[in-house]
Amino acid sequence: MSERDEIRRKELDEVIEHYRGQEGGLIPVLQKAQEIYGYLPEVVQERIARGLNVPLSDVYGVATFYSLFSLKPVGDYKIGICMGTACYVKGAADIVDRVGSELGIKVNETTADGRFTLEVTRCIGACGLAPVLTVNKDVYGRLIPDEIPGILSKYKDM
Amino acid sequence: MNPLKMIKLTINDRSVEVAEGTTILEAAAQAGINIPTLCHHPELRKEGSCRVCVVEVEGARSLVASCVHPVMEGMVVRTNTDRVRWTRKNIIELLVAAHDRDCLTCDRNNNCELQRLAQDYGVREVRFPAAVRHDPPDCSSESIIRDTNKCILCGRCIRVCKDIQGVSALGLAFRGSRTKVGPAFNRGLANVACTNCGQCVAVCPVGALKERSAIDDVWKALNDKAKHVVVQVAPAVRAALGEEFGMREGSLVTGKMVAALRRLGFDRVFDTQFAADVTIMEEGHELLHRLENGGPLPLITSCSPGWIKYCEHFYPQLLANVSSCKSPQQIFGALVKTYYAENQGLDPKSIFSVSVMPCTAKKFEAARPEMARDGVRDVDAVLTTRELARMIREAGLDLPSLPEEEFDLPMGMSTGAGAIFGVTGGVMEAALRTVVETVTGKELRHIEFEAVRGFNGVKEATVAVGDRILRAAVVHGLANAGELLGRFCRGEVSYDFIEIMACPGGCIAGGGQPRSCSKETLQMRANALYREDLGKKVRKSHENPAVQEVYQKFLGKPLSEKSHHLLHTSYEKRSDL
Ligand code: SF4
Ligand code: SF4
Ligand code: SF4
Ligand code: FES
Repeated sequence: MSERDEIRRKELDEVIEHYRGQEGGLIPVLQKAQEIYGYLPEVVQERIARGLNVPLSDVYGVATFYSLFSLKPVGDYKIGICMGTACYVKGAADIVDRVGSELGIKVNETTADGRFTLEVTRCIGACGLAPVLTVNKDVYGRLIPDEIPGILSKYKDM
Repeated sequence: MNPLKMIKLTINDRSVEVAEGTTILEAAAQAGINIPTLCHHPELRKEGSCRVCVVEVEGARSLVASCVHPVMEGMVVRTNTDRVRWTRKNIIELLVAAHDRDCLTCDRNNNCELQRLAQDYGVREVRFPAAVRHDPPDCSSESIIRDTNKCILCGRCIRVCKDIQGVSALGLAFRGSRTKVGPAFNRGLANVACTNCGQCVAVCPVGALKERSAIDDVWKALNDKAKHVVVQVAPAVRAALGEEFGMREGSLVTGKMVAALRRLGFDRVFDTQFAADVTIMEEGHELLHRLENGGPLPLITSCSPGWIKYCEHFYPQLLANVSSCKSPQQIFGALVKTYYAENQGLDPKSIFSVSVMPCTAKKFEAARPEMARDGVRDVDAVLTTRELARMIREAGLDLPSLPEEEFDLPMGMSTGAGAIFGVTGGVMEAALRTVVETVTGKELRHIEFEAVRGFNGVKEATVAVGDRILRAAVVHGLANAGELLGRFCRGEVSYDFIEIMACPGGCIAGGGQPRSCSKETLQMRANALYREDLGKKVRKSHENPAVQEVYQKFLGKPLSEKSHHLLHTSYEKRSDL
């Protein structure tokens, strides 16, 4: 286990210890665990189930019920490509393909270095700028695929 | 206890009087008025989620779910108004729209609660867009197949697994239209702490949960001239099989069942009860050995493979307490492939050994790697009671009109002690009959041990065995078992001998039995087995002449080296998640 893993494990165990035996402790533990790990890996959910003495099926049920929990790692930069009607008509699918091939991932995947996650979104209400791409809070509009590498490179060495 | 307060109300203009705390659904049933249900199950915690049971209550703005709503004084209920019917029909239609409705090829065709409701409510078109899932089925388990495309999210399986079995292998995940029932992380049932008890299968209203069928394998063996096909039948099967053919609950169909099995083409029709008698010889002596040699005590019975797997997952520290005896099914299988094969001059490899069981966990048990020698399996195929019924129908046989026939000898000979193995308390009672007589050398005057009978979750008894007092406990339903074992591990109780059955009520309520939800049915099945016991000439395992012979000619004595090799087994620790 790497040193980082060990520190996170210890932090998680402290959280579990704090909430053990408390009614309704599962949700706050999952929240803290997500803060520690950035998402809720299976092994973390298993550790929580054992630690709180709650069935794993309940842990998983809560983790999948609330949209604030993520079961997959999320990159430092979340790329969202709008697939609303306007963006779609203006070629959003090509933008998705280009981002995917530049990063070597598919939609809803995260790059191996943990930097980028690619998602498609519903209409974000910026139809005048279609097609639109967001990187965390930054918005890029009226895109053509060839602009993608330039945009990505801005985040690659940040 | 205070006398129950009675409540008067009217349902469909008829006045009804019921005890306080009764639900509208129950009150209506008492008045002979039928209200449809789906998520509701009489033996499970009430949930009130599907709303198909809605009724109109005067003064209430919206319709109420009758399965959870208690009656109140002066309440005016209508179960059959346009609004009620319209709402119910919409609910059913929505379920049907999201349902993979290939009824013709479905396990539950003609025996499905959703199908029946759709029929009763005249659903002839589905106005909602199809929202059927296309998930691959979970075929990981030896015992159970899950098809979420047929799941109507009623939650019964979750409740039985959590509340009655204390396992919680199944849960709800995701939300909205993605909501799904299953094990965490979509793991297969074989990859989580599931006991294969099949109680989830027994309560599922639709075809989303079913046993892994062995019917094709069995037909194939029956049609193979080179195979000598032998069948054994567990006690609980004969107390329930008749229900599948419209016979009264509690009909004891032993003789007709034997006749049916012969007509299906089995070369020998034997009785698992014979092996139950052998189990008592082995386990009884194991108990005596442990009592004399300082334990480990309590000795815990090992007949129920659902319980065994539960122990492996959740109480591995108690595995040394579990009897090393194989279950009757496996003891039978091992003897068929050795003792019987030798006797008949048959090559064990040419014997195909089939069992008919009330149980889905028996399928997993038969497939355990240690249940074979040199590639020769003790049991080659396990059928549930339901599967046997299907084969009988396929063969065009009408069970009720078949004659009564006898089991084949020698392994069809059994005692009343073997018969009661199928009901909670039965193994304990059978063991006591033999152990007490073995120790005292005197004949028991009264062989019925009433204290261990009945459906109380935990039964305790103290029994004089010679000059020693034996402290016994009997539990059924794995949540009850877990509770008792928890108390034992905390040092709050101590026993010498514990009988544990995974299913609530024992094998008569096994996950492979005809689906029935009422305690009354179970009671009638239990009565049938006690009738079989009473009707037997020999009622104590050690007096079974065929068992005596197997020891004389083959095994030597209980716990002999040969017994250990063939009839005993070992267990393994498994993950608690
Ligand atoms: S579960 Fe019922 S309604 Fe669904 S396909 Fe099977 S029989 Fe038909
Ligand atoms: S077989 Fe038993 S333990 Fe397994 S999921 Fe079903 S009810 Fe739970
Ligand atoms: S699998 Fe069956 S019992 Fe379980 S929720 Fe689905 S329909 Fe209900
Ligand atoms: S049966 Fe009453 S809400 Fe489902």
